[in-house]
Amino acid sequence: MSLDLDSLISEAGQMVGDTASLDALEGVRVELLGKKGRLTGVLKSIGSLPPEEKPAAGQAVNKAKQAVQALIDDRRVVLEQAALAEKLSADALDITLPGSGAPAGGLHPITLTIERISALFGQLGFETAIGPEIEDDYHNFEALNIPAHHPARAMHDTFYFDVNRLLRTHTSSVQIRYMKSVEPPLRVIAPGRVYRCDSDMTHSPMFHQIEGLLVDRDIALTDLMGHLEQFLKLFFDQDECDIRFRPSYFPFTEPSAEVDIRINKGPWIEVLGSGIVHPSVFRSVGIDTEAFTGYAFGIGVERMAMLRYGVTDLRQFFENDLRFLSQFH
Amino acid sequence: MKFSEKWLREWINPPVDTQTLGEQLTFIGLEVDEIVSAAPEMKGVVVARIVNIQQHPDADRLRVCEVDAGQEDLLQVVCGAPNARAGLTTVLAQVGGRLPDGTKLKKAKLRGQVSMGMLCSAMELGLSEERDGIMELPEDAPPGTDLIEYLELDDSIIEIELTPDRGDCLSIRGIARDLSARNDLPLQAHEIEEAQVQGEAQHPVTVDVKSACARYAGRMLTDIKPGCASPGWMVERLRHAGIRSISPAVDITNYVMQELGQPMHAFDADKLQGGIQVRLAAAGERLVLLDGREVELDEQTTVIADDRGPIGIAGIMGGESTAVDENTTNIFFESALFLPEEIAGKPRRYASHTESAHRFERGVDPAGQREALEYATQLMSAIAGGKAGPVQDWQEASRMPSRVGVLVRRSRLSRVLGITPEPDVVATIFTRLGITNEMREDGWQVTAPSYRYDLAIEEDYIEEVARILGYDALPRTSPTHRPVLRAVPETVVSPLASKRLLVSRGYQEVITYSFVEATRQQLLRPDLTALPLANPISSELGVMRTTLVGGLIATLQRNVARQNSAMALFETGLRFLPNESGKPEAELDDYLSATHGDDQQSDAGVRQQNVIAGLVAGRRQVENWNADDSDADFYAIKSDIEALFDQANGVDVRFVPTDLAMLHPGQRAGIQVNGLQVGYVGALNPALQQALDLDVMPLVFEMSQHALALSRVPRARPMSRFPQVRRDIALLVDESVSYQDIVDVIRKQAPAILQDVRLFDVYQGEKVAEGKKSMALGLILQEFSRTLEDKEVEQVVAGIVAALDVAHGAILRV
Repeated sequence: MSLDLDSLISEAGQMVGDTASLDALEGVRVELLGKKGRLTGVLKSIGSLPPEEKPAAGQAVNKAKQAVQALIDDRRVVLEQAALAEKLSADALDITLPGSGAPAGGLHPITLTIERISALFGQLGFETAIGPEIEDDYHNFEALNIPAHHPARAMHDTFYFDVNRLLRTHTSSVQIRYMKSVEPPLRVIAPGRVYRCDSDMTHSPMFHQIEGLLVDRDIALTDLMGHLEQFLKLFFDQDECDIRFRPSYFPFTEPSAEVDIRINKGPWIEVLGSGIVHPSVFRSVGIDTEAFTGYAFGIGVERMAMLRYGVTDLRQFFENDLRFLSQFH
Repeated sequence: MKFSEKWLREWINPPVDTQTLGEQLTFIGLEVDEIVSAAPEMKGVVVARIVNIQQHPDADRLRVCEVDAGQEDLLQVVCGAPNARAGLTTVLAQVGGRLPDGTKLKKAKLRGQVSMGMLCSAMELGLSEERDGIMELPEDAPPGTDLIEYLELDDSIIEIELTPDRGDCLSIRGIARDLSARNDLPLQAHEIEEAQVQGEAQHPVTVDVKSACARYAGRMLTDIKPGCASPGWMVERLRHAGIRSISPAVDITNYVMQELGQPMHAFDADKLQGGIQVRLAAAGERLVLLDGREVELDEQTTVIADDRGPIGIAGIMGGESTAVDENTTNIFFESALFLPEEIAGKPRRYASHTESAHRFERGVDPAGQREALEYATQLMSAIAGGKAGPVQDWQEASRMPSRVGVLVRRSRLSRVLGITPEPDVVATIFTRLGITNEMREDGWQVTAPSYRYDLAIEEDYIEEVARILGYDALPRTSPTHRPVLRAVPETVVSPLASKRLLVSRGYQEVITYSFVEATRQQLLRPDLTALPLANPISSELGVMRTTLVGGLIATLQRNVARQNSAMALFETGLRFLPNESGKPEAELDDYLSATHGDDQQSDAGVRQQNVIAGLVAGRRQVENWNADDSDADFYAIKSDIEALFDQANGVDVRFVPTDLAMLHPGQRAGIQVNGLQVGYVGALNPALQQALDLDVMPLVFEMSQHALALSRVPRARPMSRFPQVRRDIALLVDESVSYQDIVDVIRKQAPAILQDVRLFDVYQGEKVAEGKKSMALGLILQEFSRTLEDKEVEQVVAGIVAALDVAHGAILRV
């Protein structure tokens, strides 16, 4: 009997080893260990043995069963791994094929520039305001200390609708509206479109400015220069950016400064105008000139974007050639 | 303003080179545009005098000259210029020399005659644009002198760009004054002596317009020698200033203006008919100006007139009829003070932006008229002799600009500038600038000099201190800041979030002009009247946009022309709807309520509505091996709008019928938010294809940005732990019944346990009757506190179906 079992185990080893699939292995298992399997048959035959032989025979059969089961389990692991490997191999893709679905579009470089500038001033506590683009003479000129016939009006090349209505020539008009609605101390920037009646290689009849205004107890020219210098260095991300302030004239600031920058010792380029808010402007919005001082600036957004991104022709911003715009994302 | 560096250095000569001088000017606010060398590149060019002249034996148009070039022997030079004549002092380019155009001069033979160089015209020397014979120098020019030396060409021309407040720097003297302060050097003031009055000659002057003219000084100069030439140095200095030499009298007025800042005019006294009057023009009076143009004058214009009528526009330009010419022997010099308010606007009105107008517009020194007159007299006598009459000087004291004293507080100066300079330093700056100042305990009591129109308030003087110290010399500081937290509202979707959402769905942002061509816009929105610009750049940019869609379509066209036919574009910005323009489809108001503003802005009579507009054309997805290649359709662009509103919480968005003509009648919708019209979406009406010349027909949307920003704070609800039940129904309805109709009935009918309705199929075709369509809906039901029983579910579904039958004749398909 024990010989039988040994040869059965050895035969089982052969059968299990020959199986090529999990299904075949299951067939072998049934044949050997199933209800009508050969080992089961041997086990059943023990009943007919004399009682004194039964325990030993039983033990031997169970041992044989375990041995066969172990063979089957081992084989199952091998076959399962093989099956998985085959499936994985069959599922393999060309991972260099382009992904499906729509690629993202992009924001306009002017928007990117405005957002970047806003983010920088946001860190200093500046909030963002906007104002109308069709303005009246009062907000665009009068309240900014530019009365009728002031020579500074000639610098503006204004688009008019009629005697009183015009397209704002600068975002400075937002200063007036903001100061009339918010009590100082205040920090605000106002980005937006502005318009001048001028069109050539270097002028667009529409362009963008960001106005900045800071009003507090003691704001000095050195503060203005400190903030703007930090801002410009960070905007251009480099120390190779020289900055110079030179005296200038704006009716709504006194003293006034124009700011030029120079990158990698190139030519000086004017990027913004600024100054200490003129007392007349404070008076027109009802801010006490003795209690408060403030600074204001106006940044030319296109100029900043051109320098930042190496754009050489201002007009490209408004031609909206997708080959140009797609370079910014 | 352009000027000669040498001339400036006669007034102030700081020990710095040209470039540093330029930087100094820029840093005191007189921005240097350009510095160029005054001398054209030339060599071996000298003053020469023609001693003898003879006809060339073998050439009709050439002559043979014997020329004194300062050497022992006379030189023979062949010349073709018609003005070559014996006794003429001119210019010789010698053998071995070089002209600015690179020509090297060699000994030559012209038709057999030796020529030792070439007599030159101003054009050949790069000194003039005009070809008018060989140069004619004053008789006293010494032959042999290097021309560069003689004409002081060894000089730089500095061009500065002045801000409009600095009229006082429209002169050599004014610029020198600023530099004197910057360098703390005294001004080398030129003493101008009073001319000896040699005659009695005067010309009567009456001033009627006292508001415009505060001072009118003048003088007769009689018996001057006619036909004189201006000295070369004067011609050169004027040339450096960009002023052409005309005649000694005119050149002198320009020279004095350039040096002292006082505009002048010279009349030929013999051409004057009766006394000079300063008066307002009568309407319709005409005047031929010096430049030959005839203008019609208006009643607001102050003129200089004689008995026959206007002979000049005050402070702007003289008239032709009384101009000096080569025969003039008696001159009346005018040196007046016309006031800025009077001149403002006139140069534009008469298209005469003259040097004189430019200065009067910005303010001329009220104390400088007499000095200028004396200077001009001095120069004129030196060139052409003549007898000076007494100075006539009429003044209207009440109209003379006055300078008021101001206290500049030390505390204010420190507060505005952020620095505290030594009191002496401040006082010295004031003094050098001509500002009278008296130091006090608390600051400086100051008064501006007569020539500074720009100094009025304390801050003006504070700026002077900073300007002269140099902004670069000031420290950089950061103001103290006590930040307070600001609200972060959750009920507003930021415009940037909307933009980024569209970007992530494949849209490219564009920026187009706010003004557009009227006719094309009219094709899109004939129902809206656009606001026209009074002075547009061109008719292409003639009216304000009433829709952003026009700009998007133009962008589409431009890119289609560059072989790019599939695109998704969007733009944000204002559109402009005049009040009288008609009812725009978006009721939801405007940026007005969304930002800071005061009452005045609504007075503009135009709504400035902040909108977002989009355009989709061509394929729905970019070309891809794995992607659908169908074109984008109404539902594609609608999904983008739905996604935009998905960013908000608790808004009720509906797509409702609209009759907007620019859109396809079968594929257009109005967008409604919380019951208000906020925009539209649809396919562009094919009827517009030809008129708009479109190759590709796009889908577009436009809506209020304010509507997109609406949201509310989310409120979390508990979720049921019990299973959902889904029942699918297929309904047969008339084609005309919309999905919204169905949903509205279901929502109205259904009890709270109806959680969701999912449309999963719409079918029209062979399997349903003509004029009908089938819609398959999944109804999702769930009870919060228990498991639903089948019977309940059946009841709910039956109720819904019955209600749909009643409302829309819907039949349940089985």
